[in-house]
Amino acid sequence: MSSRDIILGRVRRALGEAPRGDAQTSYETAVDREYRREHGSRTTEETVGLLAANLADYRAIVHRCQDEEELPDLIMRLLAARGPQYVLVPPGLPPEWMSAADPTRVHDRAVSTTHDVDKVGSVVTGCAVAVAETGTIVLDGSPDQGRRRITLIPDHHICVVRVPDQVVSSVPQALERLDPTRPLTWISGPSATSDIELDRVEGVHGPRTLEVVLVSGE
Amino acid sequence: MSGTFVGMPAFPVAAHEAVGNTTLRANLRHATHTIRDKRAKAVAELDDWALLREAGKQIKDHTLRHLDTYLVQLEEAVTAAGGVVHWAADAAEANRIVTRLVKETGESEVVKVKSMATQEIGLNEALEEAGIAAYETDLAELIVQLGHDRPSHILVPAIHRNRGEIRDIFAKEMGEWGRPAPEDLTDTPADLAEAARLHLREKFLRAKVGISGANFMVAETGTLVVVESEGNGRMCLTLPETLISVVGIEKIVPTWRDLEVFLQTLPRSSTAERMNPYTSMWTGTSDTETADGPRAFHLVLLDNGRTDTLADEVGRQALRCIRCSACLNVCPVYERAGGHAYGSVYPGPIGAILSPQLRGTTSEIDASLPYASSLCGACYEVCPVAIDIPEVLVHLRERVVQGGPATRQGNRVVLKPAKGHAAERAAMRAAGWAFVHPGALRAGQRVASRTRRFHPRTLPGPGRAWSATRDLPQVPAEPFRDWWQRTHGKKESGK
Ligand code: SF4
Repeated sequence: MSSRDIILGRVRRALGEAPRGDAQTSYETAVDREYRREHGSRTTEETVGLLAANLADYRAIVHRCQDEEELPDLIMRLLAARGPQYVLVPPGLPPEWMSAADPTRVHDRAVSTTHDVDKVGSVVTGCAVAVAETGTIVLDGSPDQGRRRITLIPDHHICVVRVPDQVVSSVPQALERLDPTRPLTWISGPSATSDIELDRVEGVHGPRTLEVVLVSGE
Repeated sequence: MSGTFVGMPAFPVAAHEAVGNTTLRANLRHATHTIRDKRAKAVAELDDWALLREAGKQIKDHTLRHLDTYLVQLEEAVTAAGGVVHWAADAAEANRIVTRLVKETGESEVVKVKSMATQEIGLNEALEEAGIAAYETDLAELIVQLGHDRPSHILVPAIHRNRGEIRDIFAKEMGEWGRPAPEDLTDTPADLAEAARLHLREKFLRAKVGISGANFMVAETGTLVVVESEGNGRMCLTLPETLISVVGIEKIVPTWRDLEVFLQTLPRSSTAERMNPYTSMWTGTSDTETADGPRAFHLVLLDNGRTDTLADEVGRQALRCIRCSACLNVCPVYERAGGHAYGSVYPGPIGAILSPQLRGTTSEIDASLPYASSLCGACYEVCPVAIDIPEVLVHLRERVVQGGPATRQGNRVVLKPAKGHAAERAAMRAAGWAFVHPGALRAGQRVASRTRRFHPRTLPGPGRAWSATRDLPQVPAEPFRDWWQRTHGKKESGK
């Protein structure tokens, strides 16, 4: 007998002979989902404000931009302040965003090895959705976000969030918007550890600096 | 479960040694109290906490009740997404499967993201025997591995080490494994983290095989979820060409939507954060065109005593555990005894009910674990999936003392009462230990009187007939301590 049959047989014996009904049908009624879809009631503006506050609380650096026209200048300044020689860009990043930037642009597809990515100082991406209550940005590998490794290996990540379109209040609302078949990365603040006497240290392995630009759409 | 710490004495003996270690106790106390206070604040932010907790409990109970259906559904979904599913009835089989899979890649080293399941089966040791080096990449696990040590906490495995000790371990050991620590390494956490970053990055960038566990598996979609803080998880899950995940069969949730409950309760219960820094979700392998992440994905579904636990209607609830570690941080016994005393990768209150169920209660350590508690009920109060740990403890105590029906490796057996009253001896020694530490006991009893009403009087299901004719053991009205004083006080109280 295969281990598969052994384990499934053990499960069935453990659960007994009593009829259990159909899993899917009983699932509908098995769980009380009385919990909230979001916590508190806020205006759209307040939700964006909460996102900014919670991002900052977990030591992401937050910038606001009134419209997309200001964006290239802001990105240019943020990159200049860190002075990376190379900056990674995913294939579908709107080219205007980088139109004022100085460092050499390296495209996601061009970096073939992890060592290539390791030579890059900064990465600029969009995002799939941002969660206000938790201060989280979620990337789903869309063309403006690129593969998972490009937002992991470089030490500096600039993530552009279109507000209010890409902002939801809560975790349940975020899951509704996401496609489980895509590779998803949820990011709340920069990488951190509290393993040494519970002192928080940023950037053990992921980017040590996370800058989030909230850009208001037209 | 083969993960018994070899040569481990019973809990009271190990605990007795641990409480004599003042550094350990100071480190532990600081850590558990810090997380405990923060957790309370993080939980208070959600006014529907009780409803989320109840939903989490119901989702898990429903899943366990239909576990066969969901396992098959998960297998189909993972396979359809390009993954390969393997089934492992016990630790030895899981280790054989993983070793074979690594060998097939032709590699002789792997990077690992912290995983309780692989610790439980002793995977690193098995790989080492096969000539494969397994590098732990979680900072705390690295500290434990380099220190030739055992983890002592679910979430912060090196909680028992202070910065000075960590500095010395890094300075002495890193060079043996790869990039050495810098000459002038100080003991500031930032410097220590930087040394670990450089040491491990070298390994991440060249790694061809990654090994992980998972916090959740979604049956409906075949999605796996890993929740972490440092980014070492993301490194292991996305950079290697082959990813092997070893996951206990109880980690399933039926639907994508169910994650909305656990992604709210897990981070707040464990690290007391609104959300942990990184969560990765992946479904099978990505297609060649997107080429994002490993090209080969293997999922090893692990039983190793879980189906035996499932067969016990009272003990089954332990399988709801999402390994948040909140129960450790509130436990007065854990705080004083430390994680190592539990002789298992699962320490604290959850360890006291999970290990004896996964491994059986024949060894002295396992027979003594149900006594490693003051039954104060604090663990139940904080548990985000409402596992009634005191209820299971009492149930297991009775099993140890009276024997009775149980399931071992899928077979129904009738356990004999523990021989020569070994269990009672274990209990008495645990009690003796508690008296040396009256604070633990008092703290325990205070809460116990408040939570007594939560302890059920009858067993659910078929057990009801049994419990209808006798009283289920409860937290006694007379505190154990008073009983002890009354009956044994003179002989033993000075122990
Ligand atoms: S038993 Fe509950 S509180 Fe303890 S680790 Fe598991 S889920 Fe967390």
